Formats: sequence, C-alpha cells, structure tokens
Amino acid sequence: MVIPRKGGAARSRPTKLLIATRKGLWTIESDVARRAWKLAGPQFLGNIVHHAVLDPRDRKTLLAAARTGHLGPTVFRSVDRGRTWKEAARPPAFNPGSGRTVDHTFWLATGHASEPGVWYAGTSPQGLFRSEDGGSSWAGVEGFNEHPQRKVWCGGDQDGTPDGPKLHSILVDPRDPAHLYIGMSSGGVFESTDRGAGWRPLNRGVKADFLPDPDPEFGHDPHCVRQHPQLPDRLYQQNHCGIFRLDRPAERWTDIGVAMPKSVGAIGFPLVLHPRDPETLWVFPMDGSTIWPRVSPGGRPAVYRSVNGGRSWQRQGIGLPASQAWWTVKRQAMTADQAATVGVYFGTTSGELWGSRDEGRTWKCLARHLPHIYALEMA
Amino acid sequence: MIVRIPGLLRSYTNGAESVDIGSPVDLADALDELDARFSGLRFRVVDEQGAIRPHIKMFVDGVLAPGLRAPVAGARELMIVGALSGG
Repeated sequence: MVIPRKGGAARSRPTKLLIATRKGLWTIESDVARRAWKLAGPQFLGNIVHHAVLDPRDRKTLLAAARTGHLGPTVFRSVDRGRTWKEAARPPAFNPGSGRTVDHTFWLATGHASEPGVWYAGTSPQGLFRSEDGGSSWAGVEGFNEHPQRKVWCGGDQDGTPDGPKLHSILVDPRDPAHLYIGMSSGGVFESTDRGAGWRPLNRGVKADFLPDPDPEFGHDPHCVRQHPQLPDRLYQQNHCGIFRLDRPAERWTDIGVAMPKSVGAIGFPLVLHPRDPETLWVFPMDGSTIWPRVSPGGRPAVYRSVNGGRSWQRQGIGLPASQAWWTVKRQAMTADQAATVGVYFGTTSGELWGSRDEGRTWKCLARHLPHIYALEMA
Repeated sequence: MIVRIPGLLRSYTNGAESVDIGSPVDLADALDELDARFSGLRFRVVDEQGAIRPHIKMFVDGVLAPGLRAPVAGARELMIVGALSGG
C-alpha cells in the first residue's frame, strides 16, 4: 500500500515541552530555530507526576496526574497554560464497594475535537475514567471498569508491570468520538465503537511469549499504542514482545519488529509518529534479553526510525553517548513536534532531555540533572 | 478536637498546622469535617474503599487508629502523620 506523504500546515514557532518526572513538573521552551532552550520549573516539587497534557482544542487547559509517596492520586488542572493550578473536585476513583483502589492516574488523553471539555484517564490498576468538565470531575467508564470479563482480560490488580498494571494509550478516533482504543499492560489492545459501553480485544498477530498460547485473544503487553492523526486506520504499537502495525479494518497485526537488527532487538517502551507522514515512526530500543535489564542495548543508546511503515529501520545515534550510557526511555517520555522538519524529543530515566531538530538524524542534550523522566508532551 | 496537620497536607489548610474541628464521633466523622473545610483532603489520605492509605497513620490522643470506625468522642487531639514512603 502506498500512502502519500501528506502536507498539512507545518509550524514555525518556538517548541515547548512538558516534562513530567518522578519529582515534579518542568517545562522547556525553545527559540523559533529550536537551537536555544530554556528550562523552567519545578511545579509540584516532590510529587510523582506521571503525565501532563495540554488540551490542543483550547490550547490553555493543562492537566497533570500526580500523587506523592504518602498521599493518594489526584489530578491538577490549569486553565491558564500552567500559571495557576487547582485540584480536581473529584479525581478518578473506583466505585465504593468495588474493592478496587486507584494507585495512580497514569495516562491522560483529550477527547474528540467535537466534544470540548471531554478528557479520558487511564489508571493503575487498569481503570478507564472520563471527565466532561475539562478534568475537574471524573466518572468511571463502567462499560470497561465493571465489564464482567475485565478481570479475565487484565488479571488481578496485583499482576502486571513492576510499577503496577496500567491502562494507557487511550486513542479517540478523530473521525468518530464513539470509536476508542485502549492499551493495557497487561491485557492487550481493546476497541470500543460505542463510546466505551462495550469492548473487544484486538490482539491477533501480536506476540505474547510470556503466555502458553502463542496467539492468544488477550493478555498481551502493549507498551505504547499510537494512531496516526491523518490516517486513523493506521495503528502502531511498541509491545513487550516486539513492534507491530495494524491497518484497519484488518484485525491481524503485522510484526514490523522483525526488521530491527538482531543485536538490538525490537523491545522498548515508546513509539512516536511523524505528525503528517503515516509511514514514518521512531522507537527507542532497550535491552529485553535474558533477565530484562531495561537499559540501552550495550550501553549505546540510539533511536531507530522507519520511513516505510516498519519494513526497514535506520539507527539514529549521532550526538548520543557512544558507550557506557545505561539509561532508557519510558513509554510516555518521547514525542515529536509539528515543525516542517520534525523535531523529536525524549527524556531518560536518568533525567536527561535530548532533542533532534532534524527528524532524529542528530541529537543534542537539552537538559540534564532532572529527576527520572516519566512523560514528555508538546505544550 | 484539634487536628495536627502534617506539612504534606498544609497546602489544603492554607498553611495551618492545627485545626479545631469540634466534637466528631469517630474518625470517619473527623475526616468528613476536615474535607468539608478543606475540599479534597480526605481522598489524599483515605482511599475510595474507606481505608486509610498505606503510608498514612492517624493517632488519636497518641494511640494509632486502626481504621475510620475508631471512636474519637472526647478525644483532644488527632495527629495525621505521613509515614516513611521511600525515596
């Protein structure tokens, strides 16, 4: 399939990023050329900020998902681009009597362009929540949270990744507000066509080599799922077991991690899409061999880019440390801007922020000495 | 009853280190009263199933409260503490 490279309006203005970390929230802003960068913050110092997202519909509402070591999870909300903040009146929480408790809100996603004020949140353990008032009051999406199969799909709340099982990658089809995808670690990718009332697994073709069935219906571990904004039938996922692509209405994912170099492997957390070209994507491989060190393979970090939908990959490491760099990049900690020549950015587990102003060809460290970076989003 | 507010919750109390909340019957009552004055505080220390969060301790006149049903009628002081929670 040949997909034309779409034009779209490329921006030429300063780039601003939200940097959510284990110890608070920072921002960094560039000049128009994206050569000079200025770090600002922290806000919410000492809070574990899992995600901070600007609403692209009004470009002024910001939400931040936070908790502390002692205090329970909440959502902070700004309606003036982060100058002032107020706590959500009713943060995401499971129903009393359900026996489930939200450990932390992990993922924030804005709703459809036709539904201003609608947001979604994914939690650990796996829960899906919706706000209709710009993130102040949250209610469970009961079609998922109370689904009779949910526990079968996800396992128990004690199962899952080291930092707790998570619902993430909440994708709203830009053509249809009722059409949703979610990713769960673990659980897999699920689809709803009725605004979250009903759900079905969408995992065929995705490996799950930690399960006895080589091609199960659910139980997978997608780390990050992305939907192309200009070609919404194109989905990609970086999974615990490789990299995959799906072109709907097909139901079976294609393994595109097989084209990665064997010495690097196809394991990682983040996956970033070119904002206009559905064929171009970036991943950040990590060592998923043997006992899963979860570091850059060989201590030589590099981004890998494909410009043909994952049929082949090119290493992009110019400017990155050539050796003895043992950090990696979490699933929310990599993003791209909208510029004519796209800027790509990632934040590391060791608190460094790296950026490329030439689509990943060359890299420069934009900030260091920050706390462990959890998420990076355009502001 | 006087509630001693730990530093980690003083963003809710405008910096107040202690608050007089009258005469609650039990700990649940006391926290409802606190939340009525300082909206959002309760959910940070008590989860949606009514359990005190793992790294929060509450002492009533110096005695560790086992849960929200702990009686506090006649007590002089409720002390909320953020216990050790790692680096």
